[in-house]
Amino acid sequence: MSEHRVVVIGGGLAGLASAMKLAELGVKVDLISLTPVKRSHSVCAQGGINSVNDSTRQLGDDEWKHLDDTVYGGDFLNHQPPVKEMAYWAPKVIDLMDRLGVTFNRTGEGFLDHRRFGGTLYKRTAFAGATTGQQLLYALDEQVRRWESEGMIKKYEFWDFLNPIVDETGRCRGAVAQDMVSMEIRAFPADAVVVATGGCGLVYGRSTMSVFCTGSAASRCFQSGAKYANGECIQVHPTAIPGSDKLRLMSESARGEGGRVWVPRKAQDPRPPMEIPENERYYFLEERYPAYGNLVPRDIATREIFDICVNDGLSVDPDKMCVYLDLTHIPRAELDRKLGGILEIYEKFQGVDPRDEPMRIFPAVHYSMGGLWADYVKSAEGGLESGAPENHMTNIEGLYAIGECDYHYHGANRLGANSLLSCIFTGLFTGPSILNYANNQKSGSNDVAPEVLSAAVAKEQKRHDDLLTGNPGSDENPYLIHQELGNLMTRVATVVRRNDQLADAIEKVKELHERAMKVNLSDSGSWTNQNVIFAKALQDMFPLAKTILQGALLRDECRGAHYKPDFEKPSLTAEDPAERRRQAEVWCDEFEANNERFLKSTIAGWNHDTQMPDITYEDVDTSLIPPRPRLYGLVGAEEIEEVWNERARAKAEG
Amino acid sequence: MTTAIEPTKKHRIDFIKIRVRRQDGPGKKPYWELHKLPYEPELNVISILQMIAAQATTSDGKKVAPVTWDCGCLEEVCGACTMVINGKVRQSCSALVDRLLEDNPDEIVLEPMRKFPVLRDLMVDRQRLFHALKRVEAWVPVDGYYDMGPGDKQSREAQESNYPLSQCMSCGCCVDACPQYLKIEVARLDGESDEAFEKRKLAEYEAGFVGPHAISQAILFNNNPTGKVLEGERLDALSGEGGIQICGNAQNCVAVCPKEIPLTTSIARAGRATTLHVIKQWFEK
Ligand SMILES: Cc1cc2nc3c(=O)[nH]c(=O)nc-3n(C[C@H](O)[C@H](O)[C@H](O)COP(=O)(O)OP(=O)(O)OC[C@H]3O[C@@H](n4cnc5c(N)ncnc54)[C@H](O)[C@@H]3O)c2cc1C
Ligand code: SF4
Ligand code: SF4
Ligand code: FES
Repeated sequence: MSEHRVVVIGGGLAGLASAMKLAELGVKVDLISLTPVKRSHSVCAQGGINSVNDSTRQLGDDEWKHLDDTVYGGDFLNHQPPVKEMAYWAPKVIDLMDRLGVTFNRTGEGFLDHRRFGGTLYKRTAFAGATTGQQLLYALDEQVRRWESEGMIKKYEFWDFLNPIVDETGRCRGAVAQDMVSMEIRAFPADAVVVATGGCGLVYGRSTMSVFCTGSAASRCFQSGAKYANGECIQVHPTAIPGSDKLRLMSESARGEGGRVWVPRKAQDPRPPMEIPENERYYFLEERYPAYGNLVPRDIATREIFDICVNDGLSVDPDKMCVYLDLTHIPRAELDRKLGGILEIYEKFQGVDPRDEPMRIFPAVHYSMGGLWADYVKSAEGGLESGAPENHMTNIEGLYAIGECDYHYHGANRLGANSLLSCIFTGLFTGPSILNYANNQKSGSNDVAPEVLSAAVAKEQKRHDDLLTGNPGSDENPYLIHQELGNLMTRVATVVRRNDQLADAIEKVKELHERAMKVNLSDSGSWTNQNVIFAKALQDMFPLAKTILQGALLRDECRGAHYKPDFEKPSLTAEDPAERRRQAEVWCDEFEANNERFLKSTIAGWNHDTQMPDITYEDVDTSLIPPRPRLYGLVGAEEIEEVWNERARAKAEG
Repeated sequence: MTTAIEPTKKHRIDFIKIRVRRQDGPGKKPYWELHKLPYEPELNVISILQMIAAQATTSDGKKVAPVTWDCGCLEEVCGACTMVINGKVRQSCSALVDRLLEDNPDEIVLEPMRKFPVLRDLMVDRQRLFHALKRVEAWVPVDGYYDMGPGDKQSREAQESNYPLSQCMSCGCCVDACPQYLKIEVARLDGESDEAFEKRKLAEYEAGFVGPHAISQAILFNNNPTGKVLEGERLDALSGEGGIQICGNAQNCVAVCPKEIPLTTSIARAGRATTLHVIKQWFEK
């Protein structure tokens, strides 16, 4: 076997897991990242990572239920075979991270401690203080450093991935990237390329994500012919701290550890929160969702908080929309031990101690469920076929997508603490698939035609040079265009979506896109020029922004995080049991008809002529768990469920 | 490049003045530049730098290239945005402007870190910081990434003493403040290849002080049930050239660590362990 070389783009959890697994399999890896990999966005994850564990098992939990919670939480837009594989791998992933030295919190007896996260009834979430993502990332970073010192991995940090190199047969033969210090552009030939570049929160201007999360890498693959799926599925986290540069996350673990969300019953009650007596507080999540209380799934919590502020006018602060997230009833020592890190963030950035005073929070863009389309092979057991070269391969042969920038696992809404899992899982699981792909090829990284490489570099060099010198008369400023884009996207494509606004926004984004292509840079230098790097990232945000908007416009339904009030299914209104039953039947008919039409992945392909995505639909594999209505908080839920269960039984028998 | 402070603006803050120490590239001469921005509440130094980038004009109306700097998470967990603000090394994302103005209403002074080569403006090359983690083999040498069941049971006490050490975000504040950590800047020779330059640079880094962050990581991994296997190698590294003997116990490091990592405790433990290690090696000779 000749030596294999794979380029991994991105050194978050997914990219690092991929790099180290490939190195273990004897594959040489070039690891390319915008930032030193140890600083990747994954460090921001606070809450934890899910898996079935010995204690939940004894309460009746198993991998199948983890699968079920995940697809139910995702409103069935998840592909079930990969989710199943992930759920069954989860305990193994946690064991491995434990062996790698992650300082997970411990029980008194020395076992891993767990907490409960949204969308499940079990305490599945392992955590390391309030910096779980940081701890997991460091463990992988350390392993990669170990392989680096053995010569198996070479890191290219402060390098910007510009494009995959695709040969005349349509196969990916490497990547073009740019050194952000010297501005050198060069080709990295490879047997295969893995894109693990995370989410695209910066399309919304401010979000809970790091500044690296521009989506530029995914967009460049998209513009090179890779398909992009479920772009419109963007998760808005219910609890963030509003800020002028970033919307800092307040982890769901604050609610997992007993945090309560409330507003004063009296609108804009001027009293300080601690002086408002219990009976004058409206714990709206607990009242509206007695079973899950403050731990309803994210999309629901987000909508309720949005609704209480926007429609009920009960925002705590008259000038700024926010509600209270209250931890003050929990002993300080316990808060410090379990939530220390995140409470410090609040204290540090707001100057208020959340142990003494309830925090003020509001929803913020948080996660991209959608991403690059990628294939998989289903196994006989309904999971994934281990080692199949197609697993996580995009429609460009030899180009793989894993981590937050793939699209399979989280459907229309991601459950908390499932993403760290999907990132590490996809990184580890795809190692053998990529190796097998490389083994099956007759040619590899060593024999890419030199003209293919030089043409790919020349194209990027031209784009770069044109940007530096191209638009002398223009006064378009990339930073200001970014602000405009962010404000627009936040207004129309987050919590509540309306068709007239979306259609209008598409026209505006088209205009902004044209303006972004004509930016004039205030720095035309050839050394560490962040201006030009940002301008490219900005330009590449537009194909994704358009895909998000177009996908949202066409999806005339409510599913998970995608909420269109004009297409919301009504509650049951009748009092009379027979009539109510009839309404439930109609409800279920409509639900089925709607699934027929919209239980599909939105698949976008970039059209260079129209500068818009072409959208088609693809079936979702729901072969393991039949879709059922998500009825959190709906009036008439019981009757609907009854009808639904009868139908499901009839189907199963018939 | 700079202008005098306008006396009328001294008491009532309508504008924030930011003085930035700029440098166009390695080996270039640094210079100061003054920027002026309208005051807004609840800003931090990152939002200020973003505003400067958007405006790209100095206080006297001159068009300039935006200031170059590094940032990532904007919530003080990635370590990227470290710089020297009003003389103190710290993260710029958590440097709140209102606080800075309380201390010094006249201006905010931004400078690059002092112990690393400047790449441009406020951006420095911290490769040496990461390289030190290789010197002390800061990892757990597991057999492989196959499923081998769970790791060892660990007491809550052990977790509680290791967790703080594992929060080190390689920001470099500690080494910036350490009087024993001297700046090493290696310039590329004419016609030197990438590989040759890299090799020469790393050799120089290896001869320099590893730094308190790396000593603390060595302790973290020596505490790990499997990581312990490499204890000898780590102590070799710490007792060799550029090792722990360089530390003069000035305790500056621990005072500036944003994660409040007990660096001097780690240094003391490492000191004892290396002493024992050296004596043991002596007897085994
Ligand atoms: C504040 C916050 C808290 C969270 N908490 C949790 C939690 O508790 N539990 C959970 O399960 N999930 C959580 N998540 C989600 C989770 O953190 C992310 O989904 C996950 O870390 C993504 O990992 P990744 O490896 O896919 O990408 P990232 O960690 O985002 O890494 C992307 C990598 O790609 C590189 N890159 C990007 N673009 C380019 C380019 N053009 N060229 C070169 N390199 C590039 C970057 O440098 C980086 O190395 C949280 C997310 C946020 C925002
Ligand atoms: S204690 Fe040692 S490492 Fe820390 S600042 Fe002082 S000399 Fe440097
Ligand atoms: S020890 Fe503290 S100051 Fe030093 S690099 Fe780590 S986090 Fe930064
Ligand atoms: S930007 Fe990450 S620490 Fe400041």
